[in-house]
Amino acid sequence: MKNYEQTLLELAQADERIIVMTAENRAAIRNLPNLLPGRFIDTGITEQTMVGAAAGLALRGRIPVLHALATFLTLRAFEFVRTDVGIGGLPVKLVGGVPGFLSDGNGPTHQAIEDVALMRGIPGFHVFCPADEEDLVLALPQIIHSPNPTYIRHNALKTVAGYEHEPFEIGKAEVRRTSESATRPDDVAILVYGMLLAQAWEAKARLEAEGLSVRLVNVRMPKPIDVAAVLGAARESSLLVTLEDHFLTGGLFSIVSEVLARHGETADVLPIALEEHWFKPALLPDVLRHEGFTGEQIAARILERLGVLA
Amino acid sequence: MTQEEIEQLQEMALRVREHIIRLSTDGGCFTGASLSCADLIVYLYNRFLNVGPDNFDAPDRDYLFLSKGHDVPALYGTFVELGWLAAERLGNHLKTNDFIYWHPNRAIPGIEFHSGSLGHLPSVAVGVAMDCKLRGLDNRIVVITGDGELDEGTVWEALQVAAAKKLDNLLFIVDRNHFQANIRTEELIPLEPLAPKFEAFGGRVRRVDGHDFAALEAGLRELSDDGGSGKPAVLIADTIRGRGLPSIQERADRWFCNFSHEEVAALLDELHGARQAEITSEALIVR
Repeated sequence: MKNYEQTLLELAQADERIIVMTAENRAAIRNLPNLLPGRFIDTGITEQTMVGAAAGLALRGRIPVLHALATFLTLRAFEFVRTDVGIGGLPVKLVGGVPGFLSDGNGPTHQAIEDVALMRGIPGFHVFCPADEEDLVLALPQIIHSPNPTYIRHNALKTVAGYEHEPFEIGKAEVRRTSESATRPDDVAILVYGMLLAQAWEAKARLEAEGLSVRLVNVRMPKPIDVAAVLGAARESSLLVTLEDHFLTGGLFSIVSEVLARHGETADVLPIALEEHWFKPALLPDVLRHEGFTGEQIAARILERLGVLA
Repeated sequence: MTQEEIEQLQEMALRVREHIIRLSTDGGCFTGASLSCADLIVYLYNRFLNVGPDNFDAPDRDYLFLSKGHDVPALYGTFVELGWLAAERLGNHLKTNDFIYWHPNRAIPGIEFHSGSLGHLPSVAVGVAMDCKLRGLDNRIVVITGDGELDEGTVWEALQVAAAKKLDNLLFIVDRNHFQANIRTEELIPLEPLAPKFEAFGGRVRRVDGHDFAALEAGLRELSDDGGSGKPAVLIADTIRGRGLPSIQERADRWFCNFSHEEVAALLDELHGARQAEITSEALIVR
């Protein structure tokens, strides 16, 4: 599989409109400066200027693909994103590094856990949260060539063993069920985006071992949300779980609640998110365990909610 | 520039000031800030910029970005005088049937980008200048900022990036009217010495009287003739807020004005040399 950098390079080589930019964070694009002469622009540690300049480049017909840590890109530069890119309706692509739990040991200054809420609130913006690098690479051509400004939660993790991604389509989720042909409702449906898909995949296996039928929805794009996938999960399961490395406010739980309310649906929902606190900084596996987001812990919380003794 | 050419510009600037005054009622506008840059804008569109209805969409046109967006009445007035905007449309100011409101937007032909939040368009102009360089064009990208706007760190951030990227096709113009919204700059956040600051950030700087067309031309010619220094240009245009109307000139409380119709009539007379108008309309103080 090609990685993100190789995929972006090939897209840029095939399309002169693409400009790769960074505010001095080259982690995901370290080989591109020499490979894209003139079309690799590092503005230094200037998230606001980078976003404003991207708007200027987009006014000239370019497709700027921006790289910075997710917190600084979505928070420091928020007003530039909203006012220059958003009001301008310009096809700027924002790639946020180490979003959510991926900031592991950095601490709360670096925890982008309100980014989905902020970016989805801007009219016209799309939000894409790939589960792993393969998910990211599958989507990249469509994301880059869509006319919408898009926020991308960068993710370079390997695909979890046993999971095979479907081709990507903007606004479409991926759905996996214990039995694809089952006609009775599922016991539980887990809706998730981003790197927690791996933990949800493990939780699914553990729940199935307890005899439960599970539907797993890799949302992929919190915006535009796949309404049919959300409503299907709500209508055809006994418990809906929203799972995200994001504050409870404004993320997937909010999105699902909005979809249900708008369509007059009710569902029993278990939200698993960060509630009113920043997470404990540590290495990623320890963060997940400390915050209760391992597959095992997620399965246990679901079983507890269902009243099933593990 | 001949005396006749100067007089033609002065006449147009006078008419632009009339438009600004007429827009300063029925909801009002940022009169003081618009009057300070009227001469500058008239000069740029008549004598400096290669842009107009014939090449609005041409990739090699010159660009003007108005970062201090609240002075857009000066732009509307100039566009009317140049025949780019129908004069009747100014009657739609603040009406929902048009796009003429307190800040610029791209629905008006000739306006390159919206503004209103200060400190944004220097970076947008940097992006446009980068692309023009990349394409090997020799067009010019001008961004006008206010002086109070220089409080915003992003102006300096953008200038530093422009210098690093050798964007000598970029020209920053500061409408140095010495006022923030309602307070003198030097009383709140002193900016002087301003020229050395811009030089220290990598600009090549000229400072001129922003109401003197010959001085503007000379300053801009000097900046244009720099001969490949690679440095972005900066023109500090010393101006007077409310220029043309002694009754509101340099008054801290006359940044945004919403005059009565009678006051507008009196101010138009004042502009043409009659005695000072008596202004009793309430002033808008934001700070």
